[in-house]
Amino acid sequence: MSDVLVAAEHRRGTLRDVSYEAITAGRELADARGGDLHVAVVGGDVDGFAEDLNRDGVDAIHTVDDGEEFDHNAYQAAVSTLADRIDAGAVVLPNSVNGLDYAPALAEALAVPIVTDAVGIDYDGGLTVTREMYGSKVETTVDVAGDRFVLTVRGGEWPPADGVGDATVEAADVDIPESGARVTGFEEVGGGDVDIADADVLVSVGRGIEEEENLELVEELADALGATLSASRPIVDNGWLPKNRQVGQSGKVVTPDVYIAVGISGAVQHVAGMKGSDTIVAINTDPNAPIFDIADYGIVGDLFDVVPELIDEFA
Amino acid sequence: MKVLVTVKEVAEADDDFAIEGTDIAESDLEYDLNEWDDYAVEAAVQLAEAGIADEVVAVTVGPERAEETIRMALAKGADRAVRVWDDALDGGFADVASKVELFEAVVDEEEPDLILGGVQAADTGFGATGVALAERIGFEHAAVVNHLDVDADAGVAHVHRELEGGVEELTDVDLPAVLTVQTGLNEPRYASLRGIRQAQRKEIAAKDLSDLGLTADDVESALTVTGMYEPESESDAEIIEGDAGESAGRLAEVLREKGVSA
Repeated sequence: MSDVLVAAEHRRGTLRDVSYEAITAGRELADARGGDLHVAVVGGDVDGFAEDLNRDGVDAIHTVDDGEEFDHNAYQAAVSTLADRIDAGAVVLPNSVNGLDYAPALAEALAVPIVTDAVGIDYDGGLTVTREMYGSKVETTVDVAGDRFVLTVRGGEWPPADGVGDATVEAADVDIPESGARVTGFEEVGGGDVDIADADVLVSVGRGIEEEENLELVEELADALGATLSASRPIVDNGWLPKNRQVGQSGKVVTPDVYIAVGISGAVQHVAGMKGSDTIVAINTDPNAPIFDIADYGIVGDLFDVVPELIDEFA
Repeated sequence: MKVLVTVKEVAEADDDFAIEGTDIAESDLEYDLNEWDDYAVEAAVQLAEAGIADEVVAVTVGPERAEETIRMALAKGADRAVRVWDDALDGGFADVASKVELFEAVVDEEEPDLILGGVQAADTGFGATGVALAERIGFEHAAVVNHLDVDADAGVAHVHRELEGGVEELTDVDLPAVLTVQTGLNEPRYASLRGIRQAQRKEIAAKDLSDLGLTADDVESALTVTGMYEPESESDAEIIEGDAGESAGRLAEVLREKGVSA
């Protein structure tokens, strides 16, 4: 009951970082609940993965050898069966695209509450989750009734578990029902003429540009600075720039010398793609925009006033 | 086939806002159709225009104020709407299971073949209702869909799921199914004047818990919001002051120091 079960995530032969971060969050929770930490790994090279997942603080690893890649049906069946079998009251999963493809169904099947996208947890007889609301403008604390739950944890919020643990490794026998959703392949997106990941200087444009016609202004700035033009998600969603220009979680991860964010608020998905830049400059009208939290230099002002002046400086 | 599209009226906080208790002050919130749901509505309407869907029904959970938002879905082409609300839902923070309870009751009445909704709501950002609903009603599902091709004869939706890092997963999903729709799936239309006029005459059926055969106990939330605060700024940015010319001048100096030049 007090035990915690974490499910790892892997793609195309590699464990994803968030698996190790979820182990850290799971260990934190297991300590507070006075329970053991179990880790499940489903599909792919489960024995190799089990070796990698055997980090400090992991008590037991359960391998479920079924298929190569993520399949929500297999993951749900495996994690649900294991949670019942070891009586783990708490299930901790990555708040990833695949995590969100089965965590809610798992919670529903287990008839326990779910809280997603946790950035912090506190357990003192009951779980309190810290999570953001209103597009990262506020943080909230959410109390969960009862002591059984499914929790998904945001990537990058907990340090990855390290060291070598002395977990037991056991192959688990799980009935996987036939799935009505079949993965037929993968597609890389965003090839094309330019690789923004190679650029030393990026001028990156966001929603603040307002209209497609206004893109000329940032194109002109990029030219003046000898920079490459990139963008945040809304610009690509609108079809104003191609997908290969998108910086962020679902686009490219970039680490240029200088990253100039023009009219980008800095949603967590965007920041995940550019926080490793050496120098970050932000131009935004909203002084509370989260982009300023990671910027080195900021101008609180209207990009339509500032950018033309900046172009003049380099003309 | 019949398509049910779930839409939510979401609250957006003004740039300057105050927190009252455990929520943002009502006067600092503006309401709009959830961005993700706008793409779901568009996908549903396109299925109708392609002759694949015979009927598109929009469903929302929200107070009377939300009629304005659901009417936008009607103006964009949904045929009719269902709005679920009850005093028992007022004030609390509905958990995923409560919403699933409400949508399940609507699904029992409507018997759709396909349910489309946004990946998440912009305000609460849970991203969980669609997949949990699929489990409850025994539908297949796919989360974070950014490409959709429905083969109604074969009873399959060919979808792409947008994974992290510029990779898409190609998946065939048997119908009936719940698909959660990512932004960028299509280009949501603006409602035409004609659409807006027509929407005034379309039906919005209001339903409370008893209409759906439910009681307040069925929607008791396991979650309570106990605090809300503005995150402490971790910013150590040098904020460049001055008017546009001055600040651009100073920024140009910084950029030159960093080796930026055409």
